[in-house]
Amino acid sequence: MALPIQYNIRSVLVRWRSTLSTIFGIGLVVAVYVMMQSLAIGLEQSSANTGDPRNLLLMRKGSTAETSSQVTREQFKLLQYLPGLEKDEKGEPLISADTMILITLARRGNQGEANILVRGVTKMGIYLRPQVELIQGRMFEPGRREVIVSQRLAERFEKLGIGETFKTGGHELTVVGWIDGHKSAFDSEIWMDSDDARSLFDRENYSSVLLRADPTRWNEVTNRVESDKRLPLMTISESKYYSDQTATATPIRFLGNFLATAMSIGAVFAAMNTMYASVGSRTREVGTLRVLGFRRRSILIGFLIEGAILAFIGGALGCLLALPINHYSTGTLNFQTFSEVVFEFNITLPLIIKGLVFAVTVGLIGSLFPAIRASRLPVIASLKSL
Amino acid sequence: MESDPILNLLHSNVTSPLNASEETGEAPVVQIQELSKVYQQGEISIYALNRISLNIAQGEFLTLMGPSGSGKSTLLHIIAGIDRPSSGQCRVQGIDVTKLSESELADWRNQNVGFVFQTFNLLPVLTAFENVELPLLLTRLTSKQRKKQVLTALELVGLADRMGHLPRQLSGGQEQRVAIARALVTDPQLIVADEPTGNLDSNSAHEVLDILQSLCKVAAKTVIVVTHDPKAAAFGSRSVHLEKGELAN
Repeated sequence: MALPIQYNIRSVLVRWRSTLSTIFGIGLVVAVYVMMQSLAIGLEQSSANTGDPRNLLLMRKGSTAETSSQVTREQFKLLQYLPGLEKDEKGEPLISADTMILITLARRGNQGEANILVRGVTKMGIYLRPQVELIQGRMFEPGRREVIVSQRLAERFEKLGIGETFKTGGHELTVVGWIDGHKSAFDSEIWMDSDDARSLFDRENYSSVLLRADPTRWNEVTNRVESDKRLPLMTISESKYYSDQTATATPIRFLGNFLATAMSIGAVFAAMNTMYASVGSRTREVGTLRVLGFRRRSILIGFLIEGAILAFIGGALGCLLALPINHYSTGTLNFQTFSEVVFEFNITLPLIIKGLVFAVTVGLIGSLFPAIRASRLPVIASLKSL
Repeated sequence: MESDPILNLLHSNVTSPLNASEETGEAPVVQIQELSKVYQQGEISIYALNRISLNIAQGEFLTLMGPSGSGKSTLLHIIAGIDRPSSGQCRVQGIDVTKLSESELADWRNQNVGFVFQTFNLLPVLTAFENVELPLLLTRLTSKQRKKQVLTALELVGLADRMGHLPRQLSGGQEQRVAIARALVTDPQLIVADEPTGNLDSNSAHEVLDILQSLCKVAAKTVIVVTHDPKAAAFGSRSVHLEKGELAN
């Protein structure tokens, strides 16, 4: 039979002064853990959120990113007649060739420069990416060196406000609209007209081709592309292409786990110290409980529960400390495209639960030895303690 | 006097679940034979108890007296099943408690013995009600049944109106009365008390001893009290003196 839970809860709370530093310590560990993981989750989501499940992306064989791929105009023409290619109401095939260019822009607040992806895109290309929404200003017009930029990018970089112009490669580009990629990788891009991009940046070829085809006929498309010697291209589902880029989050996750593990060792000792002190000051209580008929096991479990309660409070505090960072927008380098990727810290419910479980685990480990000591106290000697 | 309503309650207590049947002429509740407790200090054996034999009848109020180190507390602890003898027998209600395993002993204590300590030993974070309820948590009683029993016990010690108070909100005498309520809430045959009045003023001590005495007289409980105080011993029906681990009388 376990000790009454209110006894455990009140025993923790009644010593709040001595337990406060432990609670705070565990709170900090959990806060760091939750923040780092929310960073990784946000980054992964920005990749995983991207792409339409009906779209296929075509790149040059062997390239790992659109930026390192090339598709010639001849190849693009051949692709117009692929099997299974869907058409819009006007009978136009749903296929678009994009040109990707890396440019350098200055971050706001003198924080140096970073690479940004410019996507030269056709009207069809915009149509094929319905998750991108023009939220302010207007669409660019071909031939006028106009661009539309992600609002999140505009928040982080200089001269991306609507009506502003920025210089790149000796050319001036005017921002005419802001887009929202709804937490996708497109939040890290600047879009302009495909032909403008090719002429301005001197590109003969396109970078990639995006098309829409019935997923059940994707094999047919792939076979056709691979069997045609004139097409040294490979096909990949647009969604998969972006979700593969979640690898960018791996070092962040590793760092987060490493930091949390290192800090949690300290927190375990803090919890252990607090629980040893608690056992020490309650020796007579333990003796009394044993005399009343509570078994060693009940005492052991009781102290473990107290350690867990202590840590749970710390964990909840940690989650609260981390919460203000939720939806805070930040950026890092995408190691596939070598361009800045903008994303949000994302504190999800499963992450909060993970943080609490993490905290409780720290509490349980920390209170194990003190609880064993309490359960092994000799009854008579403990009754005599002050 | 505050103990009057308690006595009245005890006298009129016909429906109380704590009311034991009054039977006489049965075997002693506690039978101790040749009981010894030896501590080994290097080569030297120190006898805390030396071949003690003693019978205690139902309804008896026995006081154990003697100087410090005479072995009276050790004897009490062995009878109550929280210490083990080196040799000899200690049967309580026919059961040799020296033969029980540790967990059997824990269950046995819960069901058969009520403890009262010199320092009250109430859990400071629990209310009077919750403290008295503690031993019942180890039984199969429902929370409703537990509540009824706790209230009866608290009424018996005259503290039903203080059941929501924490120990630090009670006086020493009141704390000890709550401790008595906790000792008798499981309706044990045996109630043991180690210097129950040692930390109390004379009025409170009188109240506490009054209650213990009524438990013997009215509910036929067997009460064993370790005390230094001859005034306390005067409440008992029999007094046993120990000296150097042996019975002195």
